[in-house]
Amino acid sequence: MDDRRQPRLAVWKFASCDGCQLSLLDCEDELLDLAGTIKIANFLEASSAVEPGPYDLSLVEGSITTEHDAQRIREIRLQSKHLVTIGACATHGGIQALRNFADVREFVAAVYASPEYINTLATSTAISAHVPVDFELQGCPINKTQLLEVISAFLAGRKPAVPAHSVCIECKQRGTVCVMVQGTACLGPVTHAGCGAICPSYRRGCYGCYGPMETPNTAALAREWRALGATRHDIRRVFRSFNAMAEPFLQESAAHDD
Amino acid sequence: MTTRTIRVDYLARVEGEGALDLHISDGRLVAAALSIFEPPRFFEAFLRGRGYNETPDIVARICGICPIAYQMSAVHAIENAFGVTVGGQLRALRRLIYCGEWIESHALHVVMLHAPDFLGYPDAIAMARDHGDAVRSSLALKKTGNDLLRLLGGREIHPVNVRPGGFYRVPQRSELEPIAEKLKQAYDQAIGLVRWVATFPFPDFERDYEFVALRHADEYPLNEGRLVSNRDIDIDIADYESEFEERHVAHSTALHSLLKRRGAYLVGPLARYALNFDRLPAAVRALAAEAGLAAVCKNPFRSIIVRAIEIVFACEEALRLIADYEPPKEASVPTEPRAGVGFGCTEAPRGICWHRYAFEADGTIRTARIVPPTAQNQPSIEADLMAVGAPLASEPDDVIRHRCEQTIRNYDPCISCSTHFLRLAVHRT
Repeated sequence: MDDRRQPRLAVWKFASCDGCQLSLLDCEDELLDLAGTIKIANFLEASSAVEPGPYDLSLVEGSITTEHDAQRIREIRLQSKHLVTIGACATHGGIQALRNFADVREFVAAVYASPEYINTLATSTAISAHVPVDFELQGCPINKTQLLEVISAFLAGRKPAVPAHSVCIECKQRGTVCVMVQGTACLGPVTHAGCGAICPSYRRGCYGCYGPMETPNTAALAREWRALGATRHDIRRVFRSFNAMAEPFLQESAAHDD
Repeated sequence: MTTRTIRVDYLARVEGEGALDLHISDGRLVAAALSIFEPPRFFEAFLRGRGYNETPDIVARICGICPIAYQMSAVHAIENAFGVTVGGQLRALRRLIYCGEWIESHALHVVMLHAPDFLGYPDAIAMARDHGDAVRSSLALKKTGNDLLRLLGGREIHPVNVRPGGFYRVPQRSELEPIAEKLKQAYDQAIGLVRWVATFPFPDFERDYEFVALRHADEYPLNEGRLVSNRDIDIDIADYESEFEERHVAHSTALHSLLKRRGAYLVGPLARYALNFDRLPAAVRALAAEAGLAAVCKNPFRSIIVRAIEIVFACEEALRLIADYEPPKEASVPTEPRAGVGFGCTEAPRGICWHRYAFEADGTIRTARIVPPTAQNQPSIEADLMAVGAPLASEPDDVIRHRCEQTIRNYDPCISCSTHFLRLAVHRT
């Protein structure tokens, strides 16, 4: 196909583990077909051929933790017709947002012998705190089938079909017996679907890596957790993890502060 | 005095963000510095105060490409601190899931990130137009590695099934049968990959590395062993800090690891292979010989062959583990927390990944220290760049840039992991 008529895709990385952009390379069956349909114009993890913008779709992984990155995301927004965040870091600040609850200078000193060499912001923030975002794909990591759906939808000019209900619905769909009724504390009732309810199918409770569902009742779930023997400390920790800065999880963890 | 500047701000086909600065003065290469500007995420700081049970899920997020390495080093360290031993089929399942990570991570690097360097393509997609069968076969191989990870771990990136003491759920024999069939095909695909990469043009380049890897009494190392080198290191993993230290240098957010007595050392496939050649199955040793490898390989460009050899090994080992598998009665052994310090060291695809945790009596982490493989290799990468770059100093910038980028990619650097870990610039004065 003529390169000039192909939609142009860019993939960008900020503070992250690379797992969400790896999801694209993990589409082993679809990758070569995808590359025939769209122009992968800028994807540094996969290619040293980098074409300048503008881009039809930018996928952004990672959170903003340096002044340089705060400037870089503004430049990327200017070059991007559509901008989609992929994963918990880009969407909510990620696990590295645990610094937001501490003194970052103390964190630097705990890890590095020469703190003066380290340039970092006091906070890890979501992409949406810096630039307008067209769609946020949740998950730590994202689901690659959902990623392909989001790419297809944006290139076709339609809304992505990504359900905002809870993990509970996915357990029902796959026929997994509820682990909560068997006494295992689970974040499934308040957690955004998308993983396919993996944890309960492995006989453990959901730990919330897909972040909050639409309108979650975290307070009611916290009471159920207490009834199952969880301490206030346990509840604070489980909400303050991979999506700690997502508003409903932030409020629930704060409600269990000492 | 002549002055030229070459700059590569973002290195491609590496995991994470880094750059390279080369300083050339009057036609002589005088310095090579690998900069890692991957922003720090402070895992060791925020792990303090977290529970031991959360640790495998948290440390997985250090690296999306090798989460099992972090999970395995962590669970071994936790069990070491609490006096728990995991044996039998649970131990075998840990080895099996690690085989899955080696297959997918090595296949990703060999085909998608490294092979294009040797054949002159910007990426695997462009390479696939001329080498379609090789790329498709390797993608199938990578997929089988991911399938194995997903079966045992729940998903390929940040698996959910690993816990201190074992697993949340263990598979039935019948669940492993379909993956065994795929692994038999993967074994043949991996042999094909070894034969293909062995035909690549390799620079005539060797260095006298100090190789460091785990060595086990009778296995090619994955989860356990003593830390050994080809000089005089032979220590328990708990004694790592007596021989190794981390230094913080100004141009990098990665800490550089060095041997206290001798400086730079090398971890990863070349080191594992050189120190454990005798632990490889006879058929894999014969294949290495057919591919032109001796029992020790000191040419870092040929690491691509060694990685392919390790994929063959991982397929064979996985098939052996599956053939011998009997489901254990319990998915995990009980772990009761106690105050103490524990150590874990396992062979990530890129080399040893060392963890130390101190725990409170209730299993809360008091301190954490994590040494990833790429941080350990960074001084060796810089030494390679000096040695590779020196004879090229009068060549055009794009020749130097290409060869230096290739030199860095020889290490499959996982920069996201290494922050505590690159920009390419050549400064000529």
